[in-house]
Amino acid sequence: MSDPTLSSAGAAATVGSPGLVSGPAGPRPRRRFSRRNIFLYGTLFVIAVYYLLPLYVMVVTSLKGMPEVRLGNIFSPPVEITFEPWVKAWSEACTGLNCDGLSRGFWNSVRITVPSVILSIAIASINGYALANWRFKGSETFFVILIFGAFIPYQVMLYPIVILLREIGLYGTLWGLVIVHSIFGMPILTLLFRNYFTSLPEELFKAARVDGAGFWGIYFRIMVPMSLPIFVVAMILQITGIWNDFLFGVVYTKPDIYPMTVQLNNIVNSVQGVKEYNVNMAATILTGLVPLVVYFVSGKLFVRGIAAGAVKG
Amino acid sequence: MASVSIRNLDLSFGSVNVLKNLDLDIEKGEFLVLLGSSGCGKSTLLNCIAGLLDVSAGQIFISDKNVTWEEPKDRGIGMVFQSYALYPQMSVEGNLAFGLKNAKVPKDEIATRIKRAAEVLHIEPLLQRKPSQLSGGQRQRVAIGRALVRDVDVFLFDEPLSNLDAKLRAELRVELKRLHRQLENTTMIYVTHDQIEALTLADRIAIMKEGSIQQLADPHTIYNKPTNLFVAGFIGSPSINLIDGSIENDKAPVFNCSSGTINLKSYEFAAPVNAGKAVLGVRPEHVATGAAARALSFNTEVVIDVVEPMGSDTLIWTTLGADEFRFRVGGQTNLAPGETVLIGFDPAAASLFDHETELRL
Repeated sequence: MSDPTLSSAGAAATVGSPGLVSGPAGPRPRRRFSRRNIFLYGTLFVIAVYYLLPLYVMVVTSLKGMPEVRLGNIFSPPVEITFEPWVKAWSEACTGLNCDGLSRGFWNSVRITVPSVILSIAIASINGYALANWRFKGSETFFVILIFGAFIPYQVMLYPIVILLREIGLYGTLWGLVIVHSIFGMPILTLLFRNYFTSLPEELFKAARVDGAGFWGIYFRIMVPMSLPIFVVAMILQITGIWNDFLFGVVYTKPDIYPMTVQLNNIVNSVQGVKEYNVNMAATILTGLVPLVVYFVSGKLFVRGIAAGAVKG
Repeated sequence: MASVSIRNLDLSFGSVNVLKNLDLDIEKGEFLVLLGSSGCGKSTLLNCIAGLLDVSAGQIFISDKNVTWEEPKDRGIGMVFQSYALYPQMSVEGNLAFGLKNAKVPKDEIATRIKRAAEVLHIEPLLQRKPSQLSGGQRQRVAIGRALVRDVDVFLFDEPLSNLDAKLRAELRVELKRLHRQLENTTMIYVTHDQIEALTLADRIAIMKEGSIQQLADPHTIYNKPTNLFVAGFIGSPSINLIDGSIENDKAPVFNCSSGTINLKSYEFAAPVNAGKAVLGVRPEHVATGAAARALSFNTEVVIDVVEPMGSDTLIWTTLGADEFRFRVGGQTNLAPGETVLIGFDPAAASLFDHETELRL
């Protein structure tokens, strides 16, 4: 520090700005086309293309007529765009004796998914609330057993549940499947809700008790209004999970109430006649559309709900 | 008539005894502060009084009614929490009304009570806002209001000012004191770890350590006549000077320590004088310097080690014999480290403790 201007600037620091000296100042400059950026975005681009290519093939194929499909150029865009395969997939494709397309499966799936989602979330949120706030003797053990249920492979329980449903007379009915979905959603949803409710300040619960609210009063008027994000997360998990389910649908229902996934399989795997790839593609996209829409509509809330446990506000 | 009375209270979580055979009587209209460091059981005791924790043994009476098994809402208490615990989705008015609605109080009665509480706490313009739109001080006022509208005999405060910044804390402290005077016959039990809050607010302070009450007395007694070494060390900032030595009782009692002999003629003994090892506690502000020190029964010269100016006064660190020794002088002092200064104190204002039992002598 032999530079006289610097030392005098230091002495004057309390009075006013000594001015800038030459050298680095302000934000560090960054190059847009650095080697790092090219590598990073290049990798991301390649991976994105890799994942989107099958979707592209599906969309393109579903918009072609059969003569064009037979040419075998799966990557080429349709020369003549036709929505015929989509219409056929939705309302004309045959499974077994029925030839009313996927629309039947769609409505079956709706009638299965809506009650299952509502029932499982209602029960699981109350479970989680009780486990988080109203600890009772053995509540921890109960919780551990419940969580353990999440690790048992479904296949082990398939047949016992068939017997169970038969005994209570619900085998092969829509409500039987609803109950199965509600039960299998319980471990993970209860865990989700319990952890969320535990993260809410305990003093709120105490304050509500002093204010004279009971079990249900605190649940409905304090806890539920504060828990919108976690309800959205639970709904997304359940809607996509139940909509995409194939195993339970095929085991516990009868052909006329098969969910959409099972019906899709039957359409795609039917062995008679020509394989209509364009119809199959359209049917597959139609089936996957519901979870896709759910993700797009609620993506932001989903992220917020997942992060909600970490950030206290 | 005792407003809150706790008898032989025990509380344990598994094998950990948090509260041990605790007895406490709180008069009607009294402001009692439970003071202690974290983990001493003060908040636990408050939760027991509120009915948020089940006791393991013992009884709790509120307004002469045995409430040991009652639900919190039936105990006639209002509670204010450290984190305010306002219901975030309700407006201020909704927060105030929640407890009353649960108790099925008629609508117009709710409105009058809210109006009255809002006036007392100066929160009328905030009634339609959500808690997230309020500052910390306003939130805590609403939380106090929520206890106020319930029209209860006993207020429980669980470190209500600890989340506020220093300036606001001082303001709200005065307001709380004013509120207590305004609400005659309302008992307040206040938990804090801040001794300034305790000393300024309390009618009586209960100092707690490891689940039992060490001393229960008015702030003046707690400060000047601490009952044991723990209380002496806990209360007072800067903390009390402790000098190791021994008492000898030949003709008159004296205290021998490494820096000389101190005549204890003026000291009021709490128990018959016994010779033996002891600890002498001297508050930093009871030490005189210079000419004033010469007039006192004990004085000695010390070398100044560190000078800490605090504005209104200055704290001087020295060593007296083998012990570190602090004393307080006026803020305008020109003492500097390295100087030698004559200090003295009057044993009448000091406290003597037994070395073994740590109890006041």
